[in-house]
Amino acid sequence: MRRGLWMIFRWPVVLAVVSLFGLLSALIGDGVFDVLSWLGLGVPLGLLGVVWLRLRRANRLNSIRETEGK
Amino acid sequence: MTARKLRIWYLVHKWTSLVSTVFLLLLCLTGLPLIFHEEIEHYFEPHPELRALTADSPRIDYDKVVAGVLATWPGEVVRFVGFDPDSPLGVVFTATSLTPPPIEGHSQPFDTRTGELFPPAEPDDGFMNLMLRLHTDLFMGLPGYLFLGFMGLLLVASLVSGVVVYTPFMRKLDFATVRTGRSARLKWLDLHNVLGMVTLTWVLVVGVTGVINTLALPIFGLWQSDQLADMTAPYKDAPPLERLGSLHKALEAARQAAPDMEPSFVAFPGTQFSSQHHYAVFMRGTTPLTARLLKPALVDAVTGELTDIREMPLYVKTLLISQPLHFGDYGGLPLKIIWTLLDVISIVVLGSGLYLWIRRRNRPMPKHLVELNANRSSVEGRA
Repeated sequence: MRRGLWMIFRWPVVLAVVSLFGLLSALIGDGVFDVLSWLGLGVPLGLLGVVWLRLRRANRLNSIRETEGK
Repeated sequence: MTARKLRIWYLVHKWTSLVSTVFLLLLCLTGLPLIFHEEIEHYFEPHPELRALTADSPRIDYDKVVAGVLATWPGEVVRFVGFDPDSPLGVVFTATSLTPPPIEGHSQPFDTRTGELFPPAEPDDGFMNLMLRLHTDLFMGLPGYLFLGFMGLLLVASLVSGVVVYTPFMRKLDFATVRTGRSARLKWLDLHNVLGMVTLTWVLVVGVTGVINTLALPIFGLWQSDQLADMTAPYKDAPPLERLGSLHKALEAARQAAPDMEPSFVAFPGTQFSSQHHYAVFMRGTTPLTARLLKPALVDAVTGELTDIREMPLYVKTLLISQPLHFGDYGGLPLKIIWTLLDVISIVVLGSGLYLWIRRRNRPMPKHLVELNANRSSVEGRA
């Protein structure tokens, strides 16, 4: 299936909006605004954490497959 | 998108990245310790210990503070007096002349409640200063700033073109897919794409605000010849000052003119942030945003009377807002840690980009991109 621009960019757009919110929130005020800022900028970092975990699992599976194949 | 356009976007991404990568890596690496410069400096040079106030503690007289500092450093003049936003601590900055370089002088802390003077801070020419200079001007002054600013512009071009070139790769892939089964190159291509895309907004904001920060010297120069000159126009032909009037009175006048603000720093007459005849008291607000938007109150340095107080023009405000957004110092320690993680990820994006170029295929990339985009063949995965 060939994806259109919307399908390709819907998640990047969501991440951009959330990140921008995080960047600006801590400028507006202290306390709860700081926390919102950490959460906003934490979303992309959390997503990369998921990517990293998936990568580790895939690497493990690949190495198991290799040893079984031998 | 036509094949021709895609080819051009690819070349933009390739060349803007190749030219700027070494300098962007330098900026990322030197930026890491700079994120924590307050914490690091505080650790190696702790703040002086503030005495508890008692009923008979003296009340500060700023004129005595200045006189005390000048008596300690004969032959020097006071350029600035700064105020710590988080503690009752101020610093008097002296130098051998009002308009350095070279800056040969001292910075002497004092208690803003009692006026007690503390021993002067050691001049900072160590590791952190090295990081700062490598991060800002490469020891070259204005040309260095502007050069690194240009590298920042290349970064912005590389990001925009990177998003365009990202599209064909994702025609058949779910967002954040990393293909691990095949070649290492393919895995790193997917990682480069997902890491770059996820951190895009942050890198873009830090990049653009960094470019604006490189223009600080011209921006303040413009403000001086524009608004500051306008505010001090009646003094244009006044004779040079023979003796400075009371700083204490000047601070009181500024506080009266902006009762809901606090002084951030005072520029003495003749320095680059004031006229020849004024104490320029830069007032700051109390929220993270208004604390950055300094408002100068100009006080006649002889009479201690307020001459004018105005908001900064938009171009200075833009610079002042760009500073926190670049430094990441406006949301506590967690925000600094987030800044660090995103900085490290940026290093991975830069490194993987370089790796992808070094391990490039013999097959021309633009042709490959066009094929991916058009879904004509099943060569997906041969990136």
